[in-house]
Formats: sequence, C-alpha cells, structure tokens
Amino acid sequence: MTNDRKLLLLCLGVLAILFALQFVLSSYLVLALTRILILSVFAMGYNILMGYTGLLSLGHAMFFAAGLYASGLASYYWGVPLGWAFLIGIAGSAVVSVIIGLLALRTEAVAFMIVTLMFSQAAFLATLHFSKITGGDQGLTLPTEARSFDLFGLVLDMTHDGTRFNIAFTVFAVVLLLTYVATRGPFGRQLVAVRGNPGRTEMLGFNIYIVKLMAFTLSGTIAGTAGALYGLMFGYIGSSFADFQNSIQPLLFTLVGGPGTLLGPLLGTALMTMLIDRLSGLTTAYLIVVGVLLIVMTLWAPKGILGTIRDKWARWLN
Amino acid sequence: MKKSALLLPSRRSVLAGMGGAAALLAAPGLVGRARAQSGDVIRLGAPFHRTGIGASYGRWYEQTAKAATALINEQGGINGMQVELVIEDDGTDPKRSVEVMEKFSAEHNVDAVFGTLFSHVVAATAPRAGELKMPYFICSESHALASGAFNRYVFQPSITDVKSQVISMAPWISDNLGKKVTLIYPDYAFGYDHRDNFTAAIEAQGGEVVADIAIPPTETSFTRYFPKIPFSTEVIYHVMVGPGVLTFVKELGEHLGSQGPELFGFIDSLEAVQLDIPQLSFLEGSHFWEGNPRYAQADQTDFDAFYREKVGVDENGAAMGDPKNVSTYAHMFSVWETLYAMKAAMEMADYKGPDQKVAMLEAMESIQGFDASNAFPQGQKVFNGKTHQSFGHQYISKVVDGKLEVQHTTSIEDTFYPDETDYTKMSF
Repeated sequence: MTNDRKLLLLCLGVLAILFALQFVLSSYLVLALTRILILSVFAMGYNILMGYTGLLSLGHAMFFAAGLYASGLASYYWGVPLGWAFLIGIAGSAVVSVIIGLLALRTEAVAFMIVTLMFSQAAFLATLHFSKITGGDQGLTLPTEARSFDLFGLVLDMTHDGTRFNIAFTVFAVVLLLTYVATRGPFGRQLVAVRGNPGRTEMLGFNIYIVKLMAFTLSGTIAGTAGALYGLMFGYIGSSFADFQNSIQPLLFTLVGGPGTLLGPLLGTALMTMLIDRLSGLTTAYLIVVGVLLIVMTLWAPKGILGTIRDKWARWLN
Repeated sequence: MKKSALLLPSRRSVLAGMGGAAALLAAPGLVGRARAQSGDVIRLGAPFHRTGIGASYGRWYEQTAKAATALINEQGGINGMQVELVIEDDGTDPKRSVEVMEKFSAEHNVDAVFGTLFSHVVAATAPRAGELKMPYFICSESHALASGAFNRYVFQPSITDVKSQVISMAPWISDNLGKKVTLIYPDYAFGYDHRDNFTAAIEAQGGEVVADIAIPPTETSFTRYFPKIPFSTEVIYHVMVGPGVLTFVKELGEHLGSQGPELFGFIDSLEAVQLDIPQLSFLEGSHFWEGNPRYAQADQTDFDAFYREKVGVDENGAAMGDPKNVSTYAHMFSVWETLYAMKAAMEMADYKGPDQKVAMLEAMESIQGFDASNAFPQGQKVFNGKTHQSFGHQYISKVVDGKLEVQHTTSIEDTFYPDETDYTKMSF
C-alpha cells in the first residue's frame, strides 16, 4: 500500500470515528466537538501556510474575521440566506487573502511575520472604527430568522445541536479531503520544496512568489471558511475574533498537533481546547499549565505530536 | 528509573503521557461531572471574569456571589433547597463565554446563569443562552438588552444600563458644572454609548458638546489628544477604561494643571484603584458617577453596613484589613442583588427544578421592583418586565480629601426612558 493511500485510509477512519462520536459522547462533549471541528478548520488553513510552506503568519485572525464579517454582515443587513451568506464569507476571505498576500509576500522571514501582524492589527482596529456597521467590540447578534435555512427543501435549524454538529463535521470533512488532495499532488510538492529550499525551487523553474501566493490564498480562505461557519453557527460577530490572540490560537494548535501533518491541527485543537476547558474549572492558573505543557512540547517533541510520531515510526504520516 | 530518565524523559514516555492525558480529557464522566440529582439543590452557573481585562471585577464579583449564596443558604435556601454555585472562568472573552454557557447547560445542568459584566461578552453569550433556553441574569450596564437585541431568557434585574445612568445625570452636570462639555471616551462601542446618549441628554438641558475625542483602545500615551480640548470647555466628561487608564488620568492632570475645567468621570475608570495616591491627587474636587458609593457615607443605611460586612469590605471600599486591596464597590452590588432577584422569582413560581424555568421567568417578568433592604442594599429598584431591565438611583460623588462624598442622588424616575422593546411578546 502506498503512503498516500495509508494516509487517506487514516483520514477516512478518523472521519468515521468523528461522525460516530455524536452517538456516543455526552451532549456537552458533542457541543465541544462541534467547536473543535470548526477551530480545526481554522488550524488546517494555518497549517497550509506554516506547516507545508514554512511561512509563519501572525495575522490569521484577519482572515478568520474576514469570513466572519462577510457572511455575518450579509446575513444581518441584507437577510441573505445562510447558505449564500456562508459562500459570501468564503469569497470575502479569499479576496482579502489575495490582496494581503500580494503585499505581504514581498517580505520574508521575520519581516513577513511583522507585516502580517500589522495588517491584522489594522483590520482589528478597522472593525472597531467602523462600529456603526460592524457593531465594534460589542458586535452584532444575528436575528432569530437568520438562524435557520432551507437546503433543497430541508429546513436546517442552526440552534439544534445535532444539526450544528453535522454541518461542522461536513465542512471539516470537505476541508480535510481538499487539504489531502492539495498537499499530495504537484502543488503540495511545490509547497514543501519552497519550505525546504526556496532558492533551489526557483532554480528548477518554479515561480515561488506564485506558489507562496497560492498557498497564502488557500490558507486564508480556509481560515475564513472557519470564521464564516463560526459566526453563522453561533449567531454573533464581534471584533474580538479579529484580535491578536485569535491569530496565536491556530499557531498553537498546529504546533502542538504537528506542523506539516494533515491531522495535526485536529489533534492539537482537540487537546488544547479540552485542556483549557477542563483546567479552567479547576484553577485560575490554567494558562500557566498550558504554557508549561508547551515548553515541554518544545523540548521533547518540537515537531508536535504527529510530527514526532511521523519521524520515529510512520514516515507516511505527513 | 535512573535520575536522568526522570529529568529527561524520552519522547516515547512524553508521548505516552500525552496520550493518557488526552484520553482523560476526552472521556465523558471522568472530570467535573459529579452532580447532585435535579431537585435537591438549586445550581447556579456563575461565569466570572477570573482572567482577562475584567479580572479585577471578576475577583470581587466572585467574592460577592459567594457571600450572598452563603447568606441565602443560612436563611434556608430557596424553596427549601440549598443554592450551589458552579463557577467557571470566561476569560472576559466572548468566544470562551459561549463555550462556558454550553458547559453550564449541557454538563453542569444548572438552573440559571448569572453575573456576566463586560458588555461584549454578554452580547456574544445572550443569543446562545436563548437557544439553550437557559435563564441568564446579567450584571453588565449594557443597553443592548433594553434595546431589544437579546431574547426572553435574558434579564438585568439590578444594575441600570448606561442610557439610564447618562440621562439621569446630565441635568445635574448642566446645572452644577457647566453646559459646554468635551467628551473623552474609548473609540469603541462602550464609548459610543456614552457619546450618543450624553450628547442627546445635555442638548435637552440646553447644553452642548463642544468636542468629542475618541481614543483608540491600543493607545498608551494620551498627551497628543489633550490639545484638542477647546478653551471654551466648562466640563470634561471622561469614561476611559482599560489598562492605560491610570496613565490617562495622570497625563490629563499634568496637562490641565490646577486651572482646568470641571471634571466628571465614570468610576469605571478607577474601580479597584486607590484614590488617595499621589498620581491622582489632581482629581481632588472632581466628580464621579458611582453605581453604589465606595466610601461609607455619613447617612449610610443599615442595609449598606450589613452588605459591606458580609462581603468583607471596610468603610473605604477596600478589603477588611487590606486597605490597598480596593473593591469594585460601585458595580459588585449587582451580583448580590441579582441573586436575591432570582430568589424572589423562584419563590414566586415555587420553583423546584428546570421543568419550571418558564414559570420562573414569567414570575420575574411580573415583578414590579424591589424595596431597599439587606437583599437590595444599593437602594430601591423599579423593574420593567417588558424590557427585562431594572431602574434605580444613581450617585454623583465628589473627591474630597482623597475620598468620594456623595453630592447628589438621582431619583429613579430620572432614569426612565420610553420602552424600546417588549420581550413578553416573544415566545419562550
């Protein structure tokens, strides 16, 4: 069996388990898993850029927020049906990703980190400045009539826990398989080549600016997809989703799970989310515990959990 | 095991440990799920701001809630059932707060949730509370509730909203401090609430806003904004909040010197902060809004003395025996009073468990108000069942010898404004 086939089977197995979990877990854990799936999509988008292409962005909250606001504002002001609002969110984040990518990719390394951070901060402040439209820090609550939609005659109620889980699961599955396809083919190999040795890749005749821009756009669009889904699912859009902390979150999830591995973002998101959830009920110092764990990870598993497993035992797990 | 192995565990053991931890975290029923049977206790979810920008408030909100709960339980609980608090940290974060609301509903199975302060956190959480059909009693001053932005499950039975506060104080400011006002406020929604409501209120008094200066939340130095204050200004109205507020107040004092216009501020800027420190000496003689007077006044009520003692706060608004540990006294009464409002509604509905949630909410909507008492030490309340919002007295205090002395108490009627919504027409 080829390595790609092994990985595909693993992904399908994971999807089957995730789908089955809704029938096994308690209602709260199903709710938690719903959030984990959405945030995993965010982290998977981040992983395309950081894990596969080697570009460390500090501004991905901007793309999450682009999807969140594009879909949420369309629903709030124009009453756009949720399905269309979701697509508008994806399109909005794609446009923002291309524009920011065209500018930010003129820089490299530390400068790239700073530029993405600056753009993200500007976007965050813009959501506050245009508060008459965005609702600013207090945000906007989507009206009750925007909490359900008709899909080919089937009315889907976003306030229903089962519906929410299955929509989140569907989006997660599509993004996972899309990421699988994108990272296995020639495009995926170009990303890894840019990460490993950009100079040599250029000498081989590839336009690495275009490769990076495609990765940047795909990454930002997937992050925006998560944002659109989050806003429409929870019925609230606000500027806190565009702040710096929200840019750090997918970075941490990816680092813990394993940058450059397909399932690392899911694992990292699940572990970190549940860790914070459980510890916060036990101690106010839960962020210290999380910090210590990250230090431990950096010391003994710098490539993340799946990255370490890949290096030691399963080369196909990338 | 060798010492070196203990200090430097192998990757394999680290990964094995992580795997075990992951299983523990994911396994339902293992952590934090011990729960008494429905009906033997009343469980109240308390999502306090233990961390994040609201942490100084959260600490005192928690202390106040624990004191009120202990007292209610000493007095026999609610309908013969003891009250149990389930406290979670929402991190003053809208996203986390929604998660915590789900946790209260689906895991802790609480009867109601109460105590959120920061308005952006409330704005994110209230819709989810409605979807989960969870009674949610907020302590936030947000006008969003009374404007009709939320749903039938959300109430604010103790603290008044910003709109009430501003319109009731504008006449006093106009009559006593001046009619030409410069507003200095944070450049986001909380500041806009003040700007919009105060501008209308002062104009209704024949006054005017001669300048409004919005300061971005990321600002750390404020001196460049002060030259924008027009010379014609008679009153500076300031409502800055956040980590830079002490710098703001200090730089404002340095800019104005001793000949500046009158100052009127919201105590939100200086909650949990000592007033009698050298950096704030220029505030002497200036005025502040207080939701509840921090310093015990000459005409202190027995109710305030009782409440102060129970929550462990001295006559200066600081923790007993620790004068530097200043409370958030102007706001935290709302947690105490909200618990008693919930108790009143539950007793009216003879509440025994979650099956009677709707009856309890309808009872809350039927309540007309509360008299000043040990349960409502801040003062009398008028409750509007249609808008789910409470109305009460506001206090205008002056800094005298480094302490706040109440100069004026508004009537409750001063805080009224026409209803903007009617939640009773909304279905459960």
